[in-house]
Amino acid sequence: MESILQITSVSKHFGGFTALNGVNLQVGAGERLGLIGPNGSGKTTLINCISGALVNEAGDIHFKGEHISKLPAYQRTRRGIARSFQIPRPFRSMTVLENLLVPLSYVRGISGKEADEIAEEILSGMGLAPKILSECSQLSQVELRKLELARAMAAKPDLLISDEAMAGLAGAEIDEVLAILLSLNDQGITIIMIEHIMQAVMSFSQRVVCLDAGQIICEGTPNEVVANEYVQRAYLGD
Amino acid sequence: MFFSWELFFEAILFGILLGGFYAAVSLGLSVTFGLLDIPHVAHPAVLLMGAYGVFLLGQYGLDPVVAGLLLIPLFFAFGAFFYRIYYSIFESRGGDNVAVNGLAFFFGIAFIIEVLLVIFFGVDQQSAEASYIGGSLELGDLRIPYRLIVAFIVAISAATILSAYLSKTFYGRAIKAVGQDEGALRLMGVNPVSVKTLAFGIGTSVNALAGAVLLIVAPVEPTMDRIYIGRTFCVVVLAGLGSMSGTVFAGLLLGITESIVLMFFGTSWAPAVAFGLLLIMLGLRPQGLFGR
Amino acid sequence: MRFWTVSLLVVLSVIGIALSDANNYFFFAGFVVLQAVVLASAWNILGGYAGYVNFGVPAFVGAGAYTALSLHLSFEAPLVIQILAGAIFSGAVGFLVGLLTVRLRGIFFSIATVSLVFIFETLVMNSSFLGGATGHQLTRPSDIPFFDTYTRYLVVVMVVLAVISVAAARFIQDSFVGRGLRAVRDSEEAAECSGVPTLKLKLLACSVSGALLGAAGAPMPMYLSYIEPASTFNLLYAVSALAMPIIGGMSHWIGPVIGALILATLQQIVTVTISSEMNVLVVGVLLVFFVVVAPDGILGLIKRWKASSK
Repeated sequence: MESILQITSVSKHFGGFTALNGVNLQVGAGERLGLIGPNGSGKTTLINCISGALVNEAGDIHFKGEHISKLPAYQRTRRGIARSFQIPRPFRSMTVLENLLVPLSYVRGISGKEADEIAEEILSGMGLAPKILSECSQLSQVELRKLELARAMAAKPDLLISDEAMAGLAGAEIDEVLAILLSLNDQGITIIMIEHIMQAVMSFSQRVVCLDAGQIICEGTPNEVVANEYVQRAYLGD
Repeated sequence: MFFSWELFFEAILFGILLGGFYAAVSLGLSVTFGLLDIPHVAHPAVLLMGAYGVFLLGQYGLDPVVAGLLLIPLFFAFGAFFYRIYYSIFESRGGDNVAVNGLAFFFGIAFIIEVLLVIFFGVDQQSAEASYIGGSLELGDLRIPYRLIVAFIVAISAATILSAYLSKTFYGRAIKAVGQDEGALRLMGVNPVSVKTLAFGIGTSVNALAGAVLLIVAPVEPTMDRIYIGRTFCVVVLAGLGSMSGTVFAGLLLGITESIVLMFFGTSWAPAVAFGLLLIMLGLRPQGLFGR
Repeated sequence: MRFWTVSLLVVLSVIGIALSDANNYFFFAGFVVLQAVVLASAWNILGGYAGYVNFGVPAFVGAGAYTALSLHLSFEAPLVIQILAGAIFSGAVGFLVGLLTVRLRGIFFSIATVSLVFIFETLVMNSSFLGGATGHQLTRPSDIPFFDTYTRYLVVVMVVLAVISVAAARFIQDSFVGRGLRAVRDSEEAAECSGVPTLKLKLLACSVSGALLGAAGAPMPMYLSYIEPASTFNLLYAVSALAMPIIGGMSHWIGPVIGALILATLQQIVTVTISSEMNVLVVGVLLVFFVVVAPDGILGLIKRWKASSK
């Protein structure tokens, strides 16, 4: 599998605190990668550096062969990186449909009727068809998560980062979101999933990476990683 | 511009005293805006209310500092009550324009207070009378006005007491925590809204004493709150949100800078100092010198 | 098309009234009301659409006014040039303020804009060329094109500026720029991740808003035949410029127009019949009232009334 994302020796500090310390990671095109680690291990910081919300201080990030470390976030989205947020951030003054019109026009340059149709298609695919004209305040938690993913999809990404999309959801809802992510991967989209829900990570990922204190402490198949003593120590403490 | 070391040191000394004063008038804001993140641009207007309240009591012969202390409970009640109203209007509602509305609300309140002060007290300047206003301490060639010394002492005392309360008592520490981690407080069984009400009450009551200090230092008139927006926010931003000792230090910094500018460039440039410092700080290091 | 037809009619009506026998006072008041429309519309481009509350409107208006004064003093420049220069200078100030938004949000941004007011005021007070604290007198040109008084001419100029300002707001609102700004206002991070170039859009909104505010300020020295810093850089205009879009409604370009017409007219009536101090109270009370009771303004009330009567 050729790699779509190369992270080389990336570091990030906040004042005196080191959030990321020389992280090296390669992600293959079309791969399903799980990213785990205890709270404060640097997962969200790493995601932010990839998506452009933060700029890494050391190291490089290459995406589809291009050096993107210095690009602002919106440029990275236009090159094919999309993400959802841990706490959903819908555009509250817009309807569900209008939320998708933003990336459709700003990433793909599509507007008008064509945009409406594409947006409706994406939303229907996620089961949000009845809520297309609703205000965001009328959506349930799982629907908001789906909207996050739908909006990310509207940008037609090559890489989708799902940041704890299932946090706080109940059993059947978790399965719904998981099914959506799997079907997106079937369409060829590389997915990096950050999750605390172990069953989801295990069943979804082809490869799992575990972060702790800003460094990768283990990498391998889900079973390998879960059995690893460093991973167990990181989660459970000494 | 004529430079002499004597004048320079006099400016520094004057600036230190002035700085203590600036710290005093900004303490309340350090609590309401620094710790609670409330866009309280009406803080200087409330400060003026304190000053006029002290003036009113002064008409009955009360010393300004005593009057200020007496007004503290009244201002506390007013602050706590006001916060409840603010909370029910803004913080419990969601909505599109919460940030805009909160800010607009306080600007409106500030102007209403200003007008009410004009209606009750007129547009002319009012000043306080006390034994220490008017005289100066003479040290060699330097004349240090007594009122500035009194203001400085009151300021440092208030800052010390407030700082001790916030770090050493349970509710004080809860106030420090509530801006950052409401969840943790709830888990400890403490109601964040009660803590914030307490905090806003304290922040407002400081203005009673700070208003006394304001009146002691200089005559007041109703539109003064406008320039104090710059001075108080400058101090609080310079300090870094939520740091009481930082507020004193930042107050001193502002006082000394303004004093030097005043001494060597004249009064016409002084108004811009606070705002200029503020702008520079916001541009370079918005989290302030000691910020969290 | 309907917009331009109505605008043309408005401009022609104002010209008609200006050519008529109407009482001169109406033109003194009319200038102020029309200027309010420009200010409110311009403010809303940044405040309503993008969510950045500019509390330093007097800084931009004053910058336009003093730029106009400088050109008048140095070159006897015609009014149109003064307005253009005022717009360009204030637009540049807006651009610089826009750069500040990279670091500053919410109240910090607003406090930064207030700072500009006092800094500009201090700069003017220390400039003898601009008249210093005492201000500068001006003589209006004796040669007035078409109209009986220079004020009538200024009113026509101002109505044209009002149309331009509202048209700019309308254009931005209806274009994809408008949707991008709303995304910025709702969630800047999510907007960036949806491909919106947030900084560029903010710079655009700040510059356009600033330029229009400066254009509105440029005719003021001529209007008053006099200009001085204390009244020019008065924070009351900051509160009024904020109040008008809130009263009218910030989500649509017609909101600031409604708010401006109502508030500015009310202010004129109150100043004349009661006192200018009451003016301040009216603004403060209305602002607080609307923020508390009807934060979506009159437009919001109309929307709610329509929805409930279905």
